Amino acid sequence: MSAAAIPARTPRSGLRALLSRQPEWAVAALALGLMLVIGAVNPAFWEPANLFSLLRANVVTGILALGVLLVMLSGGIDVSFPAFAIAAMYLTIKGMIAVGYDGVVLPFVVATLIGLGLGLLNAVFVHGLRMIPLIVTLGTGTAVRGLLLGGVSASQINIDEMPQRLIAFANTQLLTIGSGDGHVGLSAMVLVYLLIAAGVHLLLRHTLAGRGIYALGGGEEPALRAGFSVRNTRLLIYGLAGALAGFAGLLHGSMIWVANPRDMAGSEIDVIAAVVLGGASIFGGRGSVAGTMLGVFTFVLLTNSLIIMHIDTTWQRVVVGLVVVGAAGITAWRDQRRQRGAGRGVGS
Amino acid sequence: MAEAALVELREISKQFAGVKALGGVSLSIRPGEIHCLAGENGSGKSTLIKVMSGVNRIDGGTVLVDGKEEPALDPRRAIALGIQVIYQDFSLFPNLTVAENLSIGAELREGRRVVSWRRMRAHAEEAVRQLGVALDLDTTVEMLPTAGKQLVAIARALMAQPRLLIMDEPTTALTGREVEVLFGVVREIQARGIAVLFVSHKMREMLDISERLTVLRSGRVVAEGPIRQFDEAAITRAMTGAELDEVAFEGPALAADAVPRLAVSGLSVAGELDDVSFAVGAGEIVGIAGLLGSGRTELALALFGMRPNYAGEIRVDGETVRLDAVRRATEAGIAYVPEDRLTEGLFLPETINRNIVAASLPALSRWGLLRGREADRVAADTIRAMTVATPTGERPVMQLSGGNQQRVLIGRWLLRNPRLLILNGPTVGVDVGSKAGIHRAIRQLAVEKGLGVIMISDDIPELCANCNRILLMHRGRLRGALPSGLPPAEREALLSERLRGLS
Repeated sequence: MSAAAIPARTPRSGLRALLSRQPEWAVAALALGLMLVIGAVNPAFWEPANLFSLLRANVVTGILALGVLLVMLSGGIDVSFPAFAIAAMYLTIKGMIAVGYDGVVLPFVVATLIGLGLGLLNAVFVHGLRMIPLIVTLGTGTAVRGLLLGGVSASQINIDEMPQRLIAFANTQLLTIGSGDGHVGLSAMVLVYLLIAAGVHLLLRHTLAGRGIYALGGGEEPALRAGFSVRNTRLLIYGLAGALAGFAGLLHGSMIWVANPRDMAGSEIDVIAAVVLGGASIFGGRGSVAGTMLGVFTFVLLTNSLIIMHIDTTWQRVVVGLVVVGAAGITAWRDQRRQRGAGRGVGS
Repeated sequence: MAEAALVELREISKQFAGVKALGGVSLSIRPGEIHCLAGENGSGKSTLIKVMSGVNRIDGGTVLVDGKEEPALDPRRAIALGIQVIYQDFSLFPNLTVAENLSIGAELREGRRVVSWRRMRAHAEEAVRQLGVALDLDTTVEMLPTAGKQLVAIARALMAQPRLLIMDEPTTALTGREVEVLFGVVREIQARGIAVLFVSHKMREMLDISERLTVLRSGRVVAEGPIRQFDEAAITRAMTGAELDEVAFEGPALAADAVPRLAVSGLSVAGELDDVSFAVGAGEIVGIAGLLGSGRTELALALFGMRPNYAGEIRVDGETVRLDAVRRATEAGIAYVPEDRLTEGLFLPETINRNIVAASLPALSRWGLLRGREADRVAADTIRAMTVATPTGERPVMQLSGGNQQRVLIGRWLLRNPRLLILNGPTVGVDVGSKAGIHRAIRQLAVEKGLGVIMISDDIPELCANCNRILLMHRGRLRGALPSGLPPAEREALLSERLRGLS
């Protein structure tokens, strides 16, 4: 038979090949570089108290980012999750206060289910009515936030009313350094985050349903022809993204000891920035849990370290905006270059 | 016919929203044969394929597989019966690796929930081994050239143990050499007892590869039989219902001292073109032939001002011009119709009229405002002159067939009254009937308007039938010309021989 060797347009070895196949390393290098720079400007960066608080700040953004990753992998985008997260959190805590229940597991189950339900609503609009995910999630997010503020309550629930066991759970610490007043601890919520991330990784990497998400990101028509159920895949994506948002919402409230129905407004851009920074393609089909976690870490590092670097915090929004445009620009450039590179084989 | 047919279609009819797509089509495919299904765009080929793959439900008639009726054929059932389709777009996942593309279908068929990367890899290795090709399993499919993507699609289809492989327009995006490789693969597949239904509208290929031929026109079978009963003229007649006169073009005699429309001397672009010199006279069509990567497209781009750092001299009508921007090239009267008209040339959702006037807006405007009536008149003239088949210019361009889209694009550039027209693959993806029409239009333009035309093409008959002279290009250099004055058939033989000699 014809020995038709088809040359691929990827470098086979060296750094470029590594970065081409596993772009996560580029994000890791960026994070490391940032840490060295920040540490050089202010050595206080390396103190355990700062490092622990950084990791703690990864948790909620990270869990939300995993949900956004699922949606972005399929070629969509989600901006409804902050509203869903806060709705799940506020409704759950309001309900707990109303019935006088104080516990941990059941509230998280309820918040997750509220998020799941809202996420499935997104899926119905996106799949059933063939609507653009950005418009759908803009609409559902705004409507849910409005219903929460207008239909439930616009007032904040403060620490004195918050269910105490929930707060105690969120305050659990893994290890502590020092003792007495000067002691610092690493939040056990980091572990919760890692467990969820591991779960999403297993789903994406090792189940056919997870591969279906990537397949959908590669193209709806090929996914259908290959035999994937695009409807079920969409239900999974948006349902799970909603569930993760609900869970993260309650965790957020428990960690800051306040349930504010106006909370997290505008935070969608932060989370999307982190996911894009982690190498997920805005065109879908490309991205990983490891990359997203690194993206979140780098993003939190960047925004939280401005204080430590003696930069006015108002600049934080500028940094966020630049990260989104910069990271999205780089991935878009990468994806276009790939397609052009392949296209060159056809013409001339 | 002693041998039972593998797939037999009897009197299949199918309507879409009241429009008849298939009107009683019968077709039988024998085990292990290479059967060619020919027909122009809109003849019902795609619908027929979708009937066999179970995607389209039929309104009337019967489908028999192995002599047994299949009243409820759906995609799953079709695959279970061993019918595999390789679509024109290959239906691959560009973002996934070759290995995963090859094996994900099998994982789905086996109803897995958990994927094993080791099992998928073994499966992919087996698929590549069976096809006997070398493919990097770890690269993503988007990084492969079209021919590579096609091999992945074929390898994937073969792993489903097919008995009939349907290939929809498999050669459209391939170069001559890649087509030969493909044909080798197809024959290999046939040698394993798998029947292949080759869907095409390229005559030469049908004659080359198939054993039996069925020609569709307007949803009906108009000819069928063993391939030896056909020649090109017969197939064309069947496909179009009319005799197409593809007579060779002989441009007007050029006066020896006439100033050429275009004179290029010593044109070089680092890494792309090396000392290219040639001239194109008024009314002359000059063909450029060459293999993949020969520098043909780069030459066109250089002449269109897209290689600003070129060395050498370019003269248009005797005047030296410096073509270091597209604007300079258009000002010099050079027009370029790129090979990929869909991505590079047309505004698909926009109307035909707007597409036609798109490059002539300044000329059609007064004080920055478009003179609407004038623009409409000019567009209507162009539609008539280029014989674009449409009742109105207010229709979106994407509703036109490939051939008509090409006419719109050529018409757009002609509005600027160019002196030199560069056509890159002028009839790629265009069916036979429209092709001849486009050729006629180009020749007419050359003769009547004294246009110089450069025609770049992979289509050897196209070059031989339309060009006064054909230049051969290889590795950025011109490697001689084909003499004019030969009969087309002789010219074709000579050209393909010379092209083979280049590799």
